[in-house]
Amino acid sequence: MTSAQILWFILIGVLFSGFFFLDGFDFGIGMAIKFFGRNTAERDTIIQTIGPHWDGNEVWLITAGGAMFASFPMWYASLFSGYYIVLFLILVALIFRGVSFEFRANMKTETWRNFWEWAATIGSFCAAFLFGMMFTSMIEGVPMDAKGNIFGSFTTYVNWFSLVGGVAVTLMCLIHGLNFLQLKTLGTLRDRAQSWNKVLYPVLIVGEVLFVVLLYLSTDFFDRKPVSTWSILIVLVLLTLIAWWGVLKAHNWTAFIASGLSLISIVVLIFNGLFPRVMIATNSAHSILIKDASSSPYTLHIMTIVAFSVLPIVLIYFIWSYWVFYKRLKSPKAA
Amino acid sequence: MLNAGLTVLGLSRFQFAMTTVFHFFFVPFSIGLAVIVAIMETMYVIKKEVTYKKMAQFWGKIFLYSFAVGVVTGIIQEFQFGMNWSEYSRFMGDIFGAPLAIEALAAFFLESTFIGLWMFTWERFKPWIHALFIWLVALGSSLSAVWILAANSFMQNSVGFAINKTTGRVVMTSFSAVIKNPQLWLELPHVLMGAGITASFVIAGCCAWRLLKKDHVTFYRKSLNVALVIGLIASLGSMAAGDFQTRYLINQQPMKFAAMEGLYKNSTNKGNWAVYSSFNTKQHKTTASLDVPYVLNILSYHRLSGTVKGQNAINKEMHATYDKKFGKDMNYYVPTKTLFWSFRLMAVSGGLFALVAIVGLFFNRRKSQLIMRQRWFLYIMGLMLWLPFLVNTAGWFITELGRYPWVVYGLLTIADAVSPTSTVGSLLFTNIVYFMLFAGLGLVMIVLSHRTLKAGPDGVEMNGYSSDDTTGKVEDPYGTEAFNHD
Repeated sequence: MTSAQILWFILIGVLFSGFFFLDGFDFGIGMAIKFFGRNTAERDTIIQTIGPHWDGNEVWLITAGGAMFASFPMWYASLFSGYYIVLFLILVALIFRGVSFEFRANMKTETWRNFWEWAATIGSFCAAFLFGMMFTSMIEGVPMDAKGNIFGSFTTYVNWFSLVGGVAVTLMCLIHGLNFLQLKTLGTLRDRAQSWNKVLYPVLIVGEVLFVVLLYLSTDFFDRKPVSTWSILIVLVLLTLIAWWGVLKAHNWTAFIASGLSLISIVVLIFNGLFPRVMIATNSAHSILIKDASSSPYTLHIMTIVAFSVLPIVLIYFIWSYWVFYKRLKSPKAA
Repeated sequence: MLNAGLTVLGLSRFQFAMTTVFHFFFVPFSIGLAVIVAIMETMYVIKKEVTYKKMAQFWGKIFLYSFAVGVVTGIIQEFQFGMNWSEYSRFMGDIFGAPLAIEALAAFFLESTFIGLWMFTWERFKPWIHALFIWLVALGSSLSAVWILAANSFMQNSVGFAINKTTGRVVMTSFSAVIKNPQLWLELPHVLMGAGITASFVIAGCCAWRLLKKDHVTFYRKSLNVALVIGLIASLGSMAAGDFQTRYLINQQPMKFAAMEGLYKNSTNKGNWAVYSSFNTKQHKTTASLDVPYVLNILSYHRLSGTVKGQNAINKEMHATYDKKFGKDMNYYVPTKTLFWSFRLMAVSGGLFALVAIVGLFFNRRKSQLIMRQRWFLYIMGLMLWLPFLVNTAGWFITELGRYPWVVYGLLTIADAVSPTSTVGSLLFTNIVYFMLFAGLGLVMIVLSHRTLKAGPDGVEMNGYSSDDTTGKVEDPYGTEAFNHD
C-alpha cells in the first residue's frame, strides 16, 4: 500500500463526508416538505432554505463517484455492479428529488404541486434510506468471487442490520435537516423544528444503540479494530448528545454542526472499519484490498495534483455561495 | 442495429443508448442556452435596456427546466459505467475515471454553485456581477463537455496508454497525450457548435410561433435576432468542424467513414457520392444508389481525384490485424444504413440551419416588416425547433455505432465490457422504468416550456418570484430579513 493509495482512500471518505453533511440536510429538508410543512406558504419557505444550494451539494456525490472510478476502479466496478438495483432505486429517488423543486414552483394546480411535493419528500426519504442501507450491508461483507463480482441474494442487501442502518441514516438526515431549518428560519417554522427535534433525538439515541449492537454482531470491526471503532462510536454518541443539547438550548449552530459531524462520523466509522480493504467479501480471501483496487501510481499522481489545485478554489466559491444566502427566512403567517 | 434481443448485452446497450440519447437532448440545449442567456444579460449590462433583462429572465427560465432534467439524467451516466459495464470500468478505470472526476470537480461544482447564485440574486449584485454568474455557468457546462469528450475520445482513438502485462488492463502513461488527443479537439468544436445550433434554433422556433400570433412582436424579434446570429455562427462553425472530423476519420476509423458514405466496394476515382442508396446489409452490397460524381472526393480530400476504401476491403484488413487477439468470428461491419442516413441528415441539416439563419436575419432587419409577412418562413422556423435534437442524436449514432464492435477501439469489444453480474430480468425492469421516467420528464419539460412561452415575457417568474414587468426587478426572497434573533 503506497501513501498515494491511502491518501485517495481518505479523499474518497472526505468526499462522501461532504456529501452526507451537505446533501444530508437537503434530504432532511426534502422529507420535511410534506410531513413538517403545513401549507403551501410554509413549504415554499422550507424549500427556499436549500433552493440555491441543493444542486451544488449533490455534486459532492457525483465527485465522490467519479473520484472512486478514477482512483479505485476495482472498487467502483464491484460496488456499482454489485449494488445494481439499490443504486438504480437511488437514481430514481434522486431524479424525482432533483426535478421536483423546479417543477413544483411552476405548477398551476394544487394537485400537481402536491405531486411534486410528494416526489421531493419520498425521493429524499428513499435516497437517504437506501444510502444507509447500502453502506451498512456493504460492511457486513458480501458474497463475492475472486474477480470482485458480487452475486448477492435479497438478504445480502436487505437484512436487520442494513434496515436499521437505513433507518438510522434517514433519521439522522431528517434531524440534520430540521437543525438546518432552525438555523435558516425565524418564527413558527423554527420553533416547530425545535420541538420536533426535542422528540426525535431520544428516538435517534435508541436507534444508535441498536445500530451499535448489530454492528457488533454483524461486522468484524470490533475484532479487527476495537480501539478505533469504539472511539468513533463514542464520538458519535457525544456528538448526538451535543446536538441534542444544542436543540434544547436553541443553540442552532451547535446543533447543526454537531448533527452534521455525527453523519460524518458514520462515514469515518465505515472507512476506518474497511481499511485496508475497500470491499469485504464473505469469503475473506476474496476481499478487495486498497493495494489491489487502485489505479496506477501515475494516475493517482495526476489526480492528486488536480485535486489539490482545484478543490481549494471550489471550496472558496462554494463556501462564499452559502455566505451570500446566510440570512434567515421569515416564517409565513399562519393562514 | 441493437438486434441482440433480450440478452444482457442487448439490454445493456439499449439502456446506454436510451439514457445517453435522452440526456443529450438536454446537454447541448443547456450549454448553448447558457451562452445565449449570458449574451442577452451582457447586452442588458451594456445597453441598459430592460428588454434584454427580460429576455435573459424569460429564456433563462426555459434554461432552468432543461438544466434540471440534464442534471438528474447525468447522474445515471456516471453510475451506469459501474452498474452495467463493470468489466469496462475495470479495464479502463486507469484512464476513464480521471476525466470523469475532473469533470465533476472542475465543471459541475462551478455550474451548480453559480446557477444557484444566478437564480436567486437578481437584485443583490451589480448587474455585471450577476451577468458574470451566468457566464460562469456557461463556462462550467462547456468545461464539462471538454472532460467527458476527453473520456469519449480515448474510446475512439486510444493514446497515452500501455497495456499492463499481468492484468491485461489499460494503464495511463501520459495524461497530456490523453487530453491532447486529436480526436478530442476535433470532436469538441463540433459538439459545442452543435450546442449553439440547438439552443438558437429552439429559441428561433419559439419566437416564430409567437410571432405568428403577433404576440410581443418587439420582444420576440429582438430575441430572434440574437438567436439567429448565434445560429449562423454555430452552423457555419459546425460544418467546418464536421469537415475536419470526417477527413480525420478516413484514416483513423475508415470503417466508420465507409459506412457513413455507404461504401461496400472501394470507390472509383470518379468520386461518386450517393444521395440515396439502398443496401443489402447481409450480403454487404449496395443494391441501388443515386450518385453525384466528384462530391465524395471533394468532401473527403478537398480535390477531385482519389479513392475511398469500402467496408469489404477494410473488413479484410481488420481481420488481418485483429484475428490473432480476438479470433476469426468477429464481425467488423458497422450498421451501414443507420450511419449512412444519419450522416446525410446531419450534413443536410447543417446547410439548412445556415440558410434559414441567413434568410431569417434578412427578413428580420430592424427597419423591415418582412418577417411578419413571410408567414411560410415562420412556420418552417417553428417546425425546425425539433430538428437539432434529431441531428444531435444522429451525430452520436455515427460516433458510437460506427465504433462497433469495439467499446474501446481496437482494445476491448462491447461484448467483453458488460457486467458479469447483470441479469436480463433486472435490466428489463430498469429499462422499462427509465423509459417511463424519461417519457414523463420529457412531457413535463415540453408542457412547462410551452406554458412559459404562452404566458409570455410579462408573466415571467423566477422560481416562483415575480419579476416586475417594466423594470425586470425580481423579488428577493433572501434579502428581506437580517440575520438576528427575534
